Amino acid sequence: MKLPSIHIKPYGVHAILIEWPNEVNETILNSILQFENYLHENCLEGEDWETVPAYNSLLVLNRNIPLDYAAFRDKIQDWYQEEKKITRGQRYLWRLPVSYDLEFGIDLEYVAETLGISTDEVIALHTKNVYTVYGIGFLPGFMYLGGLPEALELPRRATPRLKVAKGAVGLAGRQTGIYPQESPGGWNIIGSCTVPIFNLKNESPCFVSVGDKIQFYQISRAEYDLHKIEAEVGIYQPEKIRIDA
Amino acid sequence: MLKVLKSGFYTTVQDLGRFNFRNKGVPVSGVMDQLSVFKANTLLENDTTDAVLEITMTGPTLIFEEETYITLAGAEMSATLNNMPIQNYKVYQINIGDILSYGRLDKGFRAYLAVKGGFRLQSILSSCSLYKPITRENRLKDGDVVPFEYNKLFKPKILEIKVDSFLEETVLEVYRAPEYDLLQEEQLAQLFDGDFTVAKENNRMAYQLEECIDGHAINMLTSATLPGTVQLTPSGKLIVLMKDGQTTGGYPRILQLSDKAIAILAQKREGSKIAFKLL
Repeated sequence: MKLPSIHIKPYGVHAILIEWPNEVNETILNSILQFENYLHENCLEGEDWETVPAYNSLLVLNRNIPLDYAAFRDKIQDWYQEEKKITRGQRYLWRLPVSYDLEFGIDLEYVAETLGISTDEVIALHTKNVYTVYGIGFLPGFMYLGGLPEALELPRRATPRLKVAKGAVGLAGRQTGIYPQESPGGWNIIGSCTVPIFNLKNESPCFVSVGDKIQFYQISRAEYDLHKIEAEVGIYQPEKIRIDA
Repeated sequence: MLKVLKSGFYTTVQDLGRFNFRNKGVPVSGVMDQLSVFKANTLLENDTTDAVLEITMTGPTLIFEEETYITLAGAEMSATLNNMPIQNYKVYQINIGDILSYGRLDKGFRAYLAVKGGFRLQSILSSCSLYKPITRENRLKDGDVVPFEYNKLFKPKILEIKVDSFLEETVLEVYRAPEYDLLQEEQLAQLFDGDFTVAKENNRMAYQLEECIDGHAINMLTSATLPGTVQLTPSGKLIVLMKDGQTTGGYPRILQLSDKAIAILAQKREGSKIAFKLL
């Protein structure tokens, strides 16, 4: 298969940015993640390297050694061309429970009205698609999810709220997502997810990685309360399914 | 142990930062002015990664409950040890009950207190830098205690170093950042010909600048950012991300500050003038 073309840009002395074609799609995301894996396994020596993938780009950074841009750019090009064997990390589909109870889904009725459908239809649409994690950023554990049904696209709120609750599930533009902590925010809130995406009690604080998939399913208020207690005492395990692609 | 009697405006514990979690959205954090801290830790023969107190604008009052050696660095804040004035970049021996306090801010914005062996807060995600919600608090409060370990065998070899202060420097050396090439002639002229003023909105996450340049209609996908990245909003506002800044962003990244430029900017406050110089 022909490799998507990459474009390398300087980014100060510690980092470079590799860009793939400016599109949101899985072929490009997979190419990025595969190359990221290849770099860590075969190319980048020492412990001072970090990489950050998002949508159509990959940041490569060394926090100690200044990079010689021209030389490093050429190396990256060579590595990209020579990358032959598939070194793909394991990916998962995470099924996350959401309560769309109006106590949490404070904008659910507004969203339904604006879109001209019922609240049940909003929930059905939101739980139907499988979303792809295109990036993690903004806040620790905040996932940029792609794959929202067009019927759920609506603008963010005209005035952002000063406080959006931790776990709030929101819609904005072509995106849906979960607030991993209480913060200001302008998304339309339709529910709440009790699963802490970012949890310092776990050895690996964020169970989701870029490239994973997310699907939401609706739970009752009683199940929500139960999951919340389970999450607080640390015995709740989100349901995961291995993706063999 | 060090006890905080009065915490000052914003006193926090920082080391070099939190690495390997950017891909989970965790900011790097760490000291804002790495240059000054490096000198202080070197004088005390500490590791470069040892944690220090970062003291912003108005200093705290602190009491030592253990013997040790200290060095001050960064902003000049009229520090006194038991009411006697003390200077930056000198090693001072500390006895139990000694009180360190700060007065008028003379130069710079962020002062540092380094202690022999570094402050020892619990390391979370490989760093003891305070950053909420990774740590419980962002900064120290009245009555907090900060542990350190007194090394009885330590005898300082050098008692002071002369440093060329950069606190009054105003030129920030910058590199091209990924979206630099999208800038128009007019925007480049605005960026490099004039001075900019630090806005009221300045903190450990980001420094905004008062003066705008021409805006843009560039639409880009969210991508990684770094401390020292200058973002350009559609309305033409310049935002310089700092150590607690978010790890990804959707605004064009037009410039990247050098490490020294980050340190220089960290010593600026509302109303300070700066200028950019392309390397």
